[in-house]
Amino acid sequence: MSGGSYYVPDQSRFPIFMAVSLFLLVMGASSTINNLDDPSSNSVYILYFGFGCLFLTMFFWFRQVIKEHLAGLDSNQLKQSYVYGMAWFIFSEVMFFAAFFGALFYVRTLAVPWLAGEGSKGAYISAIELWPAFESSWPVMTTPDQGTEYDLADKSMAWPGWDHALKWLPLWNTIVLLSSSVTVHIAHLGLKKGNRKRFNTFLGITVFLALIFVGLQAAEYYEAYAHYGLTLNSGIYGSTFFMLTGFHGFHVMMGGFMLAIMLGRSVFAGHFEEHDHFGFEAASWYWHFVDVVWVMLFLFVYIL
Amino acid sequence: MSAVIENHHDDHHHGPAKGITRWLYTTNHKDIGTLYLWFSFAMFLIGGAMAMVIRAELFQPGMQIVEPEFYNQMITLHGLIMIFGGVMPAFVGLANWLVPMMIGAPDMALPRMNNLSFWILPFAFFILLSSLFMEGGAPNFGWTFYAPLSTTYAPPSVTFFIFSVHIMGASSIMGSINVVVTIMNMRAPGVDLMKMPLFVWSWLITAYLLIAVMPVLAGAVTMMLMDIHFGTSFFNAAGGGDPVLFQHIFWFFGHPEVYIMILPAFGIVSHIIETFSRKQLFGYSSMVWAMLSIAILSFVVWAHHMFTVGLPLAAEIFFMWATMLIAVPTGVKVFNWVATMFRGSLTFETPMLFAISFVVLFTIGGLSGLMLAIVPADFQYHDTYFVVAHFHYVLVPGAIFSIMAAVYYWIPKWCGNMYDERLGKLHFWLSFIGVNVTFFPQHFIGLAGMPRRYPDYSLIFADWNMVSSVGAFLFGFSQLLFLFIVIKTVMGGKKATDQVWEGAKGLEWTVASPAPYHTFSTPPKVD
Repeated sequence: MSGGSYYVPDQSRFPIFMAVSLFLLVMGASSTINNLDDPSSNSVYILYFGFGCLFLTMFFWFRQVIKEHLAGLDSNQLKQSYVYGMAWFIFSEVMFFAAFFGALFYVRTLAVPWLAGEGSKGAYISAIELWPAFESSWPVMTTPDQGTEYDLADKSMAWPGWDHALKWLPLWNTIVLLSSSVTVHIAHLGLKKGNRKRFNTFLGITVFLALIFVGLQAAEYYEAYAHYGLTLNSGIYGSTFFMLTGFHGFHVMMGGFMLAIMLGRSVFAGHFEEHDHFGFEAASWYWHFVDVVWVMLFLFVYIL
Repeated sequence: MSAVIENHHDDHHHGPAKGITRWLYTTNHKDIGTLYLWFSFAMFLIGGAMAMVIRAELFQPGMQIVEPEFYNQMITLHGLIMIFGGVMPAFVGLANWLVPMMIGAPDMALPRMNNLSFWILPFAFFILLSSLFMEGGAPNFGWTFYAPLSTTYAPPSVTFFIFSVHIMGASSIMGSINVVVTIMNMRAPGVDLMKMPLFVWSWLITAYLLIAVMPVLAGAVTMMLMDIHFGTSFFNAAGGGDPVLFQHIFWFFGHPEVYIMILPAFGIVSHIIETFSRKQLFGYSSMVWAMLSIAILSFVVWAHHMFTVGLPLAAEIFFMWATMLIAVPTGVKVFNWVATMFRGSLTFETPMLFAISFVVLFTIGGLSGLMLAIVPADFQYHDTYFVVAHFHYVLVPGAIFSIMAAVYYWIPKWCGNMYDERLGKLHFWLSFIGVNVTFFPQHFIGLAGMPRRYPDYSLIFADWNMVSSVGAFLFGFSQLLFLFIVIKTVMGGKKATDQVWEGAKGLEWTVASPAPYHTFSTPPKVD
């Protein structure tokens, strides 16, 4: 497209369908959560229905965008809009994780020591003798109330020492996820050189590694719940551990799903050209972002 | 695929679609801007009605009209609706209408996502308002929803509140990404960054703030949800968490949010004062740098909302000084507005009246903010009506006056008709008097010690509360006049010229009035 004309799509039904889907999704989610104790509640079907609608709308919306792209309607300027859009979306995701990391740092360095009576602020708390037995440590294995309201865990997920390192799942998770960042990069290089076979192979490996990661993470959660007694209800350590790794795991699933779609597009529809593959590139950016979050998790949730 | 291409060729220079689908399926930035503006007006009237309930209850000491439980729901919903439903969508609506025209772009960068950003909002507010009819009533913990009021002691409807905040946040993030991408990528050749109109600059910075802090709000409500329903203990000290953590996360969002609601106002007022002074704006680049400094500082001042919560002394001192630092760039802006008017050929049409009163009254709100920033003084003022007076001075004659000024200023461009100047001035004076009668006395009762968020109060505060309520009714009912003026202008009136105002500068004044459905399909030449 020349002459600086920017493709402004005609009317579209997708946005309003998506808004309605989101509405159903959150109404379903809210009433399901409010009725968790009521087995006769049917709200969960609204949730499923909303999710289904959302999924279908996104499928047809993306299909439309791909069609328009293949029809040559996208100017370079429009492509640039997608690039900026994705970058800013990832920035918003960074800030979402920042909230949870901020919470982690705050409780580790300030709230927990204060609760145990350390520092000038802690002096006030120990003066009222609410929980005199509580001592500050991280991971917090004994909650300030000594587990009267919380399930106390026997064991944390923290670094077990060199002797047990090889049996420690988070280490394997790290290896898997870091390798997947390398394989997705090799796939990208292959695509840039026009080597379709290498692209498909290495993208396939990446998706496979994503599945392994999710599987290992599921095994770790099972271990935590079944053998360590570490649950969402184990006090602040369980809260931060499961929320940070859980949201990360959810993002791995989304990123892996995106990469799988890109693989399908390449294998079955022959999409993507050497110099024209932003759909894939966006998914791979997302994947690298998920990887960086994991490195931070590995450092601050597991090791330190 | 060929159908797609044919559609595209039909696209050029056609008008809006017929019927309701024009609004449901639209991808046009002007249509979406109009939707945002009407939505925000509706929310403004609903939130305003709630304010009337509050002021009616406070007209006299003692309990007269509503139950205390319902009063709490009113103050909570009034705040949430005015902020997330009134002020923010109004500014997004203005950005939609104006940013593409000001930078010579054919539309917003991502037009379909633009429509999605709007249409999430009516659903989100439907959920929020429907909580009034749920068991246990609507959210009643104040718009700041501090834990544990919003967790341990919250009504069941808090779950619906949490999810409606989630989708409002998604809408804001998508809307802001759209604005940022439009400004970064869609400027006509020659519209350099340092030549952009200030409204565009103000929105670039605002959108950046929104993308940075809305996800943090989403994190905060997610932690609430988990604490309430899934046994986590983020905000519960018995499990090793801390209720104060909630306040830290909330205000890390909340303080930039405050500037999100005022930066676009700075942009608007700069345009209007420049036009009606018939002079070049004084200190353009210092205006840009001032807004950037305010935006950056907004990330390191959040704890000034929490001085009485028991922060370490070092933190109180740091946040006090960081907060006072913001007065410097804000002072630069006020100075520049005054310097623009100095020796200008001033005329006082309605937008200019609103803009000048913005400068004066926003400055009053800024100065009471400085008083609140001083830690030892804040120990006295915290959670009194002085705080209520302070933030209503920056939000009502600040943000809302700027929105009204913008409507009067640009409505001739939007619908091709001039508004009724006599009625506009009447609306201004009623609003101006109403606002001051409402909120100025609240400084006095606040300093005298009346706490906020109570439906009843000591007899010693009775006189000024009555004055305040009279002012609130005056201000509230004057807005119906505004509604009438807007409808009258849309229906007809004196035809506007293309330039509309004698001193108006900028690309949006070069296109016809009303602006054609599609503007700048090919980029204009700008030198």
